[in-house]
Amino acid sequence: MPTPVITATALTKKYKDFAAVDGIDFEVAPGESFGLLGPNGAGKSTTMRMVGAVSTRTSGDLTILGLDPNEHGPAIRSQLGVVPQADNLDTELRVRDNLLVYGRYFGLPRSQVASRADALLEFAQLADRAKAKVDDLSGGMKRRLTIARALINDPRILLLDEPTTGLDPQARHILWDRLFRLKEQGTTLVLTTHYMDEAEQLCDRLVVVDKGRIMAEGSPAALIREHSSREVLEVRFGSERNETAAAELAGIGERLEVLPDRILVYAASGEEALVEVVRRGLDPITSLVRRSSLEDVFLRLTGRSLVE
Amino acid sequence: MSGPSTGSTAVSPIEFSAKSRRYGAWYVTEHKIRQMRGYLGTLLATALGTPVLYLFAFGVGLATLITGNVGPTPGVTYLEFVAPALLASAAVLVAMEEYTFGILLGLKWNATYIGMNATPITGRQIVDGIMIFVGLRMIVTCGIYYVVMLAFGAVDSGWSVLTIVAGLLAGFAFSPVAAYSARIEEDRGQFAILQRTVILPLTLFSGTVFPLTQLPIFLQWIGWLSPLWHASELGRQFVYGPTEPIWLSIIHVVYLLLLGIVGWQWCARNVTRRLNK
Repeated sequence: MPTPVITATALTKKYKDFAAVDGIDFEVAPGESFGLLGPNGAGKSTTMRMVGAVSTRTSGDLTILGLDPNEHGPAIRSQLGVVPQADNLDTELRVRDNLLVYGRYFGLPRSQVASRADALLEFAQLADRAKAKVDDLSGGMKRRLTIARALINDPRILLLDEPTTGLDPQARHILWDRLFRLKEQGTTLVLTTHYMDEAEQLCDRLVVVDKGRIMAEGSPAALIREHSSREVLEVRFGSERNETAAAELAGIGERLEVLPDRILVYAASGEEALVEVVRRGLDPITSLVRRSSLEDVFLRLTGRSLVE
Repeated sequence: MSGPSTGSTAVSPIEFSAKSRRYGAWYVTEHKIRQMRGYLGTLLATALGTPVLYLFAFGVGLATLITGNVGPTPGVTYLEFVAPALLASAAVLVAMEEYTFGILLGLKWNATYIGMNATPITGRQIVDGIMIFVGLRMIVTCGIYYVVMLAFGAVDSGWSVLTIVAGLLAGFAFSPVAAYSARIEEDRGQFAILQRTVILPLTLFSGTVFPLTQLPIFLQWIGWLSPLWHASELGRQFVYGPTEPIWLSIIHVVYLLLLGIVGWQWCARNVTRRLNK
């Protein structure tokens, strides 16, 4: 691995007695797209704020672009682009002015900021909204403007905290497309998400975090290979029959996971598992065979689903 | 179109952030001025309308009822007496607006400070930038006030222009309020309470519209604590003074500066802590 742009060792953040981040280790290589996947409250945002050099760690080591954020906060931040979980655009300014004002904070000359602002509005597909009020933008547009703003200083690392939470499917896909382009250009992306599909789409490598700790690490495919079967059969028997049916399914596939509303059968071949279910005389209301996802990995590792 | 180029900067981060570290506060001021453009008309109308109304009401209206001596200095008209205090009050009003709603707006309601702090800008620079901006707003407000005072014949040109400085000091002396605002997590009407229980009594008992010495001695201490009294008396020295020993004028300046500096530093500390939790 080339010299990492981010190195965290036993990184810890405590609020009084509560450890929001409880001794995590990870590295991010230049140009890599790295994800932190976990449920709400797992410590993802706290980690992002420490990497963003705005939150001071309680203990452990953290190096960003070769510098310690405790010593060189402003210098590190000058090379980062930050897309926070909640948009904090200036609603008192128009769309383009948000970019102009922000660019100035990096000490960039006005003319340079202006030309970059126009290029970024094109990139964010907001060129025709340059003079609009921020409040008149849709959720997806605001998100794209926040990303455009984060790119105004030509950052070496782009931090995205739950970039598509709260967006409709179409807006998510537009955003993913923009982020994918950045990735293609070699921008280092670090993102948190609780969406498996997002992690699978965007991350080269990710860590699964829960309760401030890292549960597993690897590429999406490797994590699935390691912690789940190739396919999953989902069968529903109705909430009353669920428990009893589960007992009768024993021995089918590699492993069973009983959820309140359905049973997951982990198997190399979902179809074959389904044939066996039917052969045993069980009659599921619905059945579905799908490939394993990161959701299954998370369920396996923590015993809970990601979005509760 | 292809996306923006990224990650091409060859300069070291420390070099790249040098300008922000030096001029950061001014960038914050620039941002605030840009925000202000949206309601510049309202601000200017207020800045001009307030002195016209107040000076007319007090200096022309109320003054007709006041025939006796208003202070220790004979020959001073009521308009001359009241004008420097009104100017200082106007500065305090501007400062209070920024130190209360302005601060909480940036930290909470329109959380621009969080965005600023994600750049090389530090909490201290944010506060410095706001203080510079408040200073500029007060200079404009007091400047307009002074011109209207001249028009009303409340002051003669010359040294009296320094009454603007007294106004500035009065406003800055309320900066501890900004430090307090920076600690508010939930808005539960604290600003309204502050306005009614602290600011209003300070205004009424600060020798603004009548000399402090008119009050019974057991109430006069309110005035001695009030930045507004110190600033009003200081302003009066510039307009028609000296009416007090020089050491007292120096006390006014030192007291106001001290409050201003302590509040400023305290505010910078609170904002930094809050942003870097």
